[in-house]
Amino acid sequence: MTSANAPLLPKLIGERVKRREDPRLIRGLATYVDDLKLPGMLHLAFRRADIAHGVIRRIDVSAAAAMEGVELALTGAELAEHLGPMPIGTPFPAPDHYSVAVDRVRYVGEPVAVVAAADRYLARDAADAIEVEYDELPAVVDPEAAMADGSATLHEGFARNVAVGGYQGGTGVNAETAQAEDDSAMDAAFAEADVVISQCMLNQRLAPNAMEPRGVVARYEAGSDYLTIWSATQNPHILRTLAAGMLGLGEHQVRAIAPEVGGGFGCKINIYGEEYAAAALSRLTGAPVKWIEDRTEAFLATTHGRDILGDVEIAAKRDGTILALRAQLLADIGAYEVLLTALIPTLTGMMMNGVYRIPVVRHELTEVFTNKTPTDAYRGAGRPEGLYFVERAVDMLARELDMDPAELRRRNFIPAAEFPFPTQSGLVYDSGDYEAALDTALAAADWESLKAERDAARAEGRIVGVGMAFYVEVCGLGPSSVVPTGGWEHSGVTIERGGKVTATTGASPHGQGNETTFAQMLADHFSVPIGDIAILHGDTGVVKQGIGTFGSRSQAVGGAALMLAAGRAGDKMKRFAAALMADHEASPDDLVFESGRIQVAGAPEVSRSFAEVADFAYVPVPLPAGLEPGLSEEAFFEPENNTYPFGCHISMVEIDRDTGEPRLLRLIAVDDCGNVINPLIVEGQVHGGLAQGIGQAMFEEVVYDEDGQPLTASFMDYVMPRAADLPAFELERTVTPTPVNPLGAKGVGEAGTIGSSPCVVNAAVDALAPFGVRHVDMPLRPERLWRLIHDRDQNGGQP
Amino acid sequence: MIPTAFRYRRAGSVAEALALLREGGPGAKLLAGGHSLIPMMKQRLAEPELLIDIGGLLELCGVHAVGDAIEVGATTTHADLAASALLRERAPILAEAAAEIGDAQVRNRGTIGGSLAHADPGADLPAVLIALDAAISITGADGSRTVPAADFFRDILTVDLEDGEILTDVSFRPVRSAAYAKLPQRASRFALAGVAVALEMEDGVCRAARVAVTGAASHAQRLPAVESALVGARLPEGAAAACEGAGDALDFVNADLHGSEEYRRAMVAVMARRAVESAAARG
Ligand SMILES: Cc1cc2nc3c(=O)[nH]c(=O)nc-3n(C[C@H](O)[C@H](O)[C@H](O)COP(=O)(O)OP(=O)(O)OC[C@H]3O[C@@H](n4cnc5c(N)ncnc54)[C@H](O)[C@@H]3O)c2cc1C
Repeated sequence: MTSANAPLLPKLIGERVKRREDPRLIRGLATYVDDLKLPGMLHLAFRRADIAHGVIRRIDVSAAAAMEGVELALTGAELAEHLGPMPIGTPFPAPDHYSVAVDRVRYVGEPVAVVAAADRYLARDAADAIEVEYDELPAVVDPEAAMADGSATLHEGFARNVAVGGYQGGTGVNAETAQAEDDSAMDAAFAEADVVISQCMLNQRLAPNAMEPRGVVARYEAGSDYLTIWSATQNPHILRTLAAGMLGLGEHQVRAIAPEVGGGFGCKINIYGEEYAAAALSRLTGAPVKWIEDRTEAFLATTHGRDILGDVEIAAKRDGTILALRAQLLADIGAYEVLLTALIPTLTGMMMNGVYRIPVVRHELTEVFTNKTPTDAYRGAGRPEGLYFVERAVDMLARELDMDPAELRRRNFIPAAEFPFPTQSGLVYDSGDYEAALDTALAAADWESLKAERDAARAEGRIVGVGMAFYVEVCGLGPSSVVPTGGWEHSGVTIERGGKVTATTGASPHGQGNETTFAQMLADHFSVPIGDIAILHGDTGVVKQGIGTFGSRSQAVGGAALMLAAGRAGDKMKRFAAALMADHEASPDDLVFESGRIQVAGAPEVSRSFAEVADFAYVPVPLPAGLEPGLSEEAFFEPENNTYPFGCHISMVEIDRDTGEPRLLRLIAVDDCGNVINPLIVEGQVHGGLAQGIGQAMFEEVVYDEDGQPLTASFMDYVMPRAADLPAFELERTVTPTPVNPLGAKGVGEAGTIGSSPCVVNAAVDALAPFGVRHVDMPLRPERLWRLIHDRDQNGGQP
Repeated sequence: MIPTAFRYRRAGSVAEALALLREGGPGAKLLAGGHSLIPMMKQRLAEPELLIDIGGLLELCGVHAVGDAIEVGATTTHADLAASALLRERAPILAEAAAEIGDAQVRNRGTIGGSLAHADPGADLPAVLIALDAAISITGADGSRTVPAADFFRDILTVDLEDGEILTDVSFRPVRSAAYAKLPQRASRFALAGVAVALEMEDGVCRAARVAVTGAASHAQRLPAVESALVGARLPEGAAAACEGAGDALDFVNADLHGSEEYRRAMVAVMARRAVESAAARG
């Protein structure tokens, strides 16, 4: 009871605490799916379509089944007797989609048969031994041609390959029917406009390329009718729900575990056919089965992202006032709708207000099937596409008006005083101070000097440009009304005997660092050393409920649930402590946690150690009136709204005149994600996001040929950004807390990806503007840029 | 990404490797650094039954001065080339080109012999060795022979090497006034267009030139038109003029999503000019 001299524990929220996860990850001590080895485990291999579109005329697995070491070989039709079509998570109509194709293939890489064998090599040999013959059908590759008369179609019941047709949102649109009812405001705005900007642009298809490919281990125990499924997934609880449904089990019969997961970037939200097939084959063979995706499969069979064509028009006054924006969006969603496929492009449409007080905004979205890998979420999921379209168009407007792009943006910003701000698409931006972020970015970049530097470089004959982009995004998803799975998050906090703390979270971090940030929060809350806290996640057997990690929601929603549960556990603990300090007539309300003790506020000499109170809670003799033994509480947190982080990115790009190679010279990013728990982790998230956004701007693209054959199915052809391609990022932050959760935190996982792509392209277009260039599609391919420069050079043009 | 089954033997000497090659017949393949062969095996584009590992053969490893020539053993890694003081001093082009190959892992494993034998159309070293007028030594059951580098590369992934033969070393007279310029394909970092140039300079005027291109065509080859245009030119001033249209002389030029034929031809000229300028700057 001698607390007065004990050192006080420093507060950790807001500190650059190093990630507790990293030592095990860096030292190879983490357990990924592929590290699991169960006795008697079989290995799966999938035979996959090598054509884009065709009817399976004949498929024969007998040679494979007869091979030594092969336990089971099944065609899609055979597997379909055990697994129905896969569920999706959107309200849009969708064609049947089986784990393994039943009678027809629709993209290169679609599974047509599955083999279970004693090892991975035999499984692959056996898959190769399966005989498949197809009646080839014409491949549908171009999304516009897909809708034309006479195009081949992928699915019955989806005429012209349209999955979602003419889905509208914004001004004058009936939100129920998603159809426009009143064009008057739009017509008036365009009639009144001095300037109209119009540009069609492609936000190209990307492969997510998590460092760890997908993988699954399934163990069905017939004796207890119980399935345990380990998967490299972002959301084990959703996996549990869907796997149970597919296998005809209840959720009480399934435990889903996401062990260490090496990145997801959205592509591990979907629950894939391979996961269901693994579960089914474990049940059929009576053995645990493992499937580990190889990199080729990751390119072909893991969902892709983006691939939206945007035709954007802006109507504006000569003074820069934007009167209206309208966009035609055409999403090439690939061959099937998987979990969130059809939903992602709707987010693009919803973001078309950008950061601007545009009074009239409307989009019309069409989603089209093609013979390509299905799309789903990819870091930013719909918002990067939308903000890219808006920010490119606004930049074009600035150029057209010969106005500084910063000034044009400033004139149109939603003012800080107008939050919460309802957009034309029906979102309500929670909070924002866009001018503050702009000013911070302009100062960090020294915008005027940067432009002068560009001009000086041009005078030397170099091709240099500067660009900026401003974004707002929707994250912290969200109220249950907007998330098909429910938008809450769950957490449990247990104060163990001895005063250590175990917390569970339904968020399922796979690189985000929540074991650190959540521990920081609990360390501060209970005023105990961070080393006394364990954060458990990713196991439905341990974490009672959860939704998962996506849409930059872990901190804003999962963190809020954690603090609710911590509050409950702490309150109960104070009641136990008060009982122990009954002599002092301490009321629980007067008690505070301080450096490993629970003490009377303002009277530190009256205290008990945290450990002592915890022990008492488990052996409560006598049990204080009105208390149950134990210290284990839980909470669900349902946010009242999404959060809307924002920021401003500025960049400088140089293009090699001879070769067209672009080089990013500088990237200044100001991101506002509300309150920050750990700046180091926030910066890490921004760094990774920037790398991927720059990757999209400069390097990455999934390309198919006219037969639907992928041309970028390996790292020999798919250009990933490398460290040497990136400048040292210059980061700043502004802090505008959100009112929608008690932490004031918004989310930062996707921010970097969203601002950087348009920012870099805007800089590249600025560099090329002296050649008469108004727009260039991503990625900034050297040849593409060289042609723009070269053609003009031939005409004697000089920058 | 899962190879077919194969047997693996580590050869203790060139003689043993030759014997194993004979025994293994057409299903046998030499394995050096494995950085071309193993990726092909993982894709099942190569399905050898027997791998004969010569990567550890010290008798084939190292950079040595032999008389007024330099000899480089086949299993010398790219990293060793890059770090060789002898090369840096007397034939910096080879050290520099090796230093630009792939990444550190690739350079630590990949070997000069493997690169030449494999003859990827975008490999860097073939052009460099043609420019250096290297002689490639090959040994087989019937004895040894030497082939000038310019004749060694025949077509895509095709060289003057019979089944059962081993490339043992390369040898060349060092040239200081030589340089390699490369436009990397952005994904693989192999050369989209790479040009190696070796010059004989006298008072700022080019007396002789050997120029070779890689990446743009099916295989590395000389650019005779550029060579003759360079002779007599004052350099670096005349580099651009001599290299203009350097890519146009190629019969066949690769085209893919990383670069059209037109672009590659143009880039050959750009890389040629850059290489000539760098080589000339060496005096
Ligand atoms: C990621 C990556 C990036 C790369 N980037 C580049 C690049 O930028 N530039 C570049 O030039 N290369 C690049 N490479 C290729 C690299 O240089 C390889 O190492 C090289 O091409 C092959 O050498 P190796 O020793 O690995 O040969 P192996 O892979 O072991 O063998 C290749 C072939 O040569 C045969 N072979 C090997 N040694 C001999 C010999 N002594 N005699 C006869 N036959 C032999 C083998 O049987 C086999 O057919 C890259 C490779 C990778 C994986």
